[in-house]
Parts: sequence; structure tokens; C-alpha cells
Amino acid sequence: MTNEAIKEYITTIAPEAIFDETGEWLTITVESNQLKPMATALNEQPMQMDFLFCLTCVDYKTHLTMVYHLTATTNRIINLVLKANVDRANPTIETVSAIWRTAEFHEREVFEMFGVQFLNHPDLRNLILEDETAIAVDEKKESVNEQKGYWPLRKDFEDPINMIKL
Amino acid sequence: MYNQTEIIKDTTELGPEGELVINIGPQHPATHGVLHLVVTLNGETIKKIEPHLGYIHRSIEKMCESLTYRQFIYVTSRMDYLSSHINNTACALLIEKGLQIEVPERAKVVRTILNELTRIASHELWIGAMAMDLGAFTPFFYAFREREMITDIMEDTCGARLTMNYIVPGGLMYDIHPDFQTKVKAFVKQFKEKVTEYEDLVTGNIIFQSRTKGVGVLTAQDAISYGCTGPVARASGVSCDMRKIAPYDAYDRVEFDEVIETTGDSFARYIVRVKEMNQSIRIIEQLIDNIPEGEFVGKTKNVLKLAKGEFYQRVETARGELGIYIVSEGATTPYRIKFRSPGFSNLSVLNHIAKGSKIGDLMATMGTLDLVIPDIDR
Repeated sequence: MTNEAIKEYITTIAPEAIFDETGEWLTITVESNQLKPMATALNEQPMQMDFLFCLTCVDYKTHLTMVYHLTATTNRIINLVLKANVDRANPTIETVSAIWRTAEFHEREVFEMFGVQFLNHPDLRNLILEDETAIAVDEKKESVNEQKGYWPLRKDFEDPINMIKL
Repeated sequence: MYNQTEIIKDTTELGPEGELVINIGPQHPATHGVLHLVVTLNGETIKKIEPHLGYIHRSIEKMCESLTYRQFIYVTSRMDYLSSHINNTACALLIEKGLQIEVPERAKVVRTILNELTRIASHELWIGAMAMDLGAFTPFFYAFREREMITDIMEDTCGARLTMNYIVPGGLMYDIHPDFQTKVKAFVKQFKEKVTEYEDLVTGNIIFQSRTKGVGVLTAQDAISYGCTGPVARASGVSCDMRKIAPYDAYDRVEFDEVIETTGDSFARYIVRVKEMNQSIRIIEQLIDNIPEGEFVGKTKNVLKLAKGEFYQRVETARGELGIYIVSEGATTPYRIKFRSPGFSNLSVLNHIAKGSKIGDLMATMGTLDLVIPDIDR
């Protein structure tokens, strides 16, 4: 499947999808409410993008962007990057963990690091960091990030105790 | 993390009588690091496994955001410390791809040899440690005898035995040791003689077989869905070798087989790793006499700046597919960096494959997943 054919197919599912071919792989940006239907469609015929090899989030200061890297195990040549922008103040997006089970852990990581709420996630708790009650005890960290929320990988996060910046 | 009083409270609230919650780790000989598993048991049968991570979380992704493209490579040696050469290679490849740096042939070949030596060393350590988890003490010494030769080669080459930091954008930090070829050849010779000893000691062992065959079965479909890579996925019949799919360095000019088993149990994962060591030896044998003369590092600028955009590089470490995702804003440091570590995805499948089996089998399942905790926590 060429990039043109993929673009044509995706436009039939989500007409507003934005394409970007400057990178190594074709990048598709969709609205956050369009993500779940798009992910479901990509996982099925004819694309069969059944392997989610990377799921992460990027903080662009004005908004957060969820990034999904997909490939098909039957046709390893095709790689796609699926993106969805979410609001920074109230980030919510539908989970894809029912489509790709690996997303369950990756979304938990994004949840604790960026504060993105995944709707219908089976078990949305902290995975790596301490749970919220333990953070509240750490008053010093709390006071610095009170207004912003305790999300370490966001760009405005400050840690007065541990060195995270040079 | 999990509070001790909470655990006691939880068990009283869990309902049916006979259910028991036990903690494996954070300090436990079989977790090989600070992994904490909260296991819910019904008698001896596992009902649920909940991993609690973060005991060795250093926020490497955040740290890398303030390190330059030359500096951040050294942090990656501390992620999967058993594949540090391969982690370094991934970073170097990404920067070379982003800046279109020409890498000399000599560097490419040496990198490939070192990557394969690293893979063998990692699998050797795994065989020893996994056999010890299952109660066999001797294989540990057998495995470390050969692993010691590799660490000696590494020490000669780059002065370090664990965190190598030898590969830089453009090639290698300095040229190989004059004895490199002789020592690698001596290692290859010894390994080929001794590898049959593992087979005699472990593979054919009836106790080992009965403890691993049919234990922790992972189907191909689940392996794909859970994002498993490396020997874990290949034991379930999923072809996922990055050296074949997207060849880097000198992998496009060497002949080797991608080892694939189909049963998907712990024994298959063991067999894949043993066979993989033999394939690594095959790669080394093809390259060791053909190291091209010439420069060992390409021409690079002192200050590296990636253009605005996104970059992704995948390599095959001893544990699976390592992905590095960099978002660059055109500065000397990455704007955002994400390490897609193989262990993280491989761990997520543990609950699925160990559920319903006996607690004693958990050691075999966990051992053959080959978890390295600093790689998972990052």
C-alpha cells in the first residue's frame, strides 16, 4: 500500500484528518474524539495495523499531543504515526487498550507523567510514581506544583529536591 | 508505592476465604532487581499479578531533555545495562539519520561485532540466572566462564565492563585494541566448544524440561497485542527481528537466521535464546576477519543540532525492540525524548500468561521473560 492509497483510505474514515509526510513515516493527525474510531478502523482490514510499538505524549506548552506508532506484523514495511491533540487544562481521550492490550501500561505511564485522563481505561492508576496520597505528604514538591498539578514530564514541572535540569 | 498496612487491609476485604496476597519483591532473588509484584493467590493458584514499578525510576526521559545530543547517549547505558552497546548504537544511529552523517565502514563492522558480543553476554547471564531461579546452581558458573571472556574484550576495547559508552555519533570513540581480533577469535573458538555443555546441562535436563514445558504459554495473537518483542515474541512464532526488518550498521551484509519457535512456552523462549547465541557467533565469524581499514569515526560538527521534526530509531537489543523517539525543535537538546523499552511491554504480558498457573511456575515464566528492571523503569 502506497502513502497515496493509505491517505485515500483514511480520508474515507475521517475526512478532516491532516497528513504530514515530512518525517520518515506518514503522520496522521485527527481530532481527539475521532481517535478511537480511527484506531479501530486501522486495526481492521485492509490496513491491519495490529502492532502498537510506541505510545507516548508530547507537551507543546499550548496543548498536549498523543502519539501512536503503528505497524502491521503481516506487512512490516508500513509504519504509521497517529496523532491527536488534547486540551492541556483538561486532557481527556478515549483509551485504545481494548484494541491493543499493550496500551494499558503505556497509557498508565502517560496518565501519571502528563495527567491525561483515558476514558474507559480498565485500571487507570499510577504505575511508576508513588500514588497520590504519598505525593501529598511531600509538601515541598506539592507547594511548587500546586497550581500546575504533579505531572513530571510536562514542560513546566519543577522539582526542588531532585536534579532534573542542568 | 504499596503501603504495608494497606496490603493487610486489602486481604481482609478480598472476600472469598482462602485468598492470599503476597508480595514478591522489591528485594527478591528471582526478580533480578527492584521489581515489586503483588500476587493474589487462591491456594497455590495465581489469580492476579500486579506489578508495581518505579523503585529505580530515574526519569531518564526528563533528564535527557536538558542533555545535548552528545551527552544523552551515556545515560542510555544505564537503562538496559546488559545491552549498553546496543542502546548506545540506537542513539548514535538516530543522530546519524537526523544529520545524515556518513559512518565509516570500519565503525559499522566493529559496532556490529560489539552488538553481537553484547547479545551473547546478555543471554549468557540470563541462562545462568534463570537456571538458578529454577534451582540449578551450576549453569551459572558455566555461563559466566564465557561471559568473562566477553567482558575482558569489552574492558580492553573501551575500558568498561558494564556501561560501555563507546559508540558516539559518527562511529566509535576510539579505535579498537590491537588484540581485539585475536581475543574475539579465541572467544568464538571456546564458545563453540563449550556451548554443547549448556545443552547437556540444561536443555536435555528432565527436571528443567518439566518445569518449563507448557508453562506460561503466550499465543502469537497475544504477543502482538501486548507489544511483545525479541525472544519472547519469537518463541510464539512472531517474526519481529529488527536486524532483518530494518537492517542497520553491517546487518545487511551478513547471513543469519531469525530464530522462531512456535510453542510459546517458557521452554521455547529458552530455546530461542540459546539458538540466538549461535546465530550471533555466526555473524561475528563472518565479520571478524573482514574489519575494513580506515577511519573509525566520521566527520561531525562539535555541536550537534537536529533539524526541527521527529525522529524514530529502532534496534534489536538482547531483550527486543528498543525504540527511541525524539521530537526536536532545532535546539542542541531534544525537546521530548521517549524510550520505548522492550522490557516494559514484555512485563505487561506477565499477568496474562501467569494467571491460572501455580506460584512455583511464576519463577519459570518471569525468568524466561528476561526482565531488566532499570530498562522498565527508566
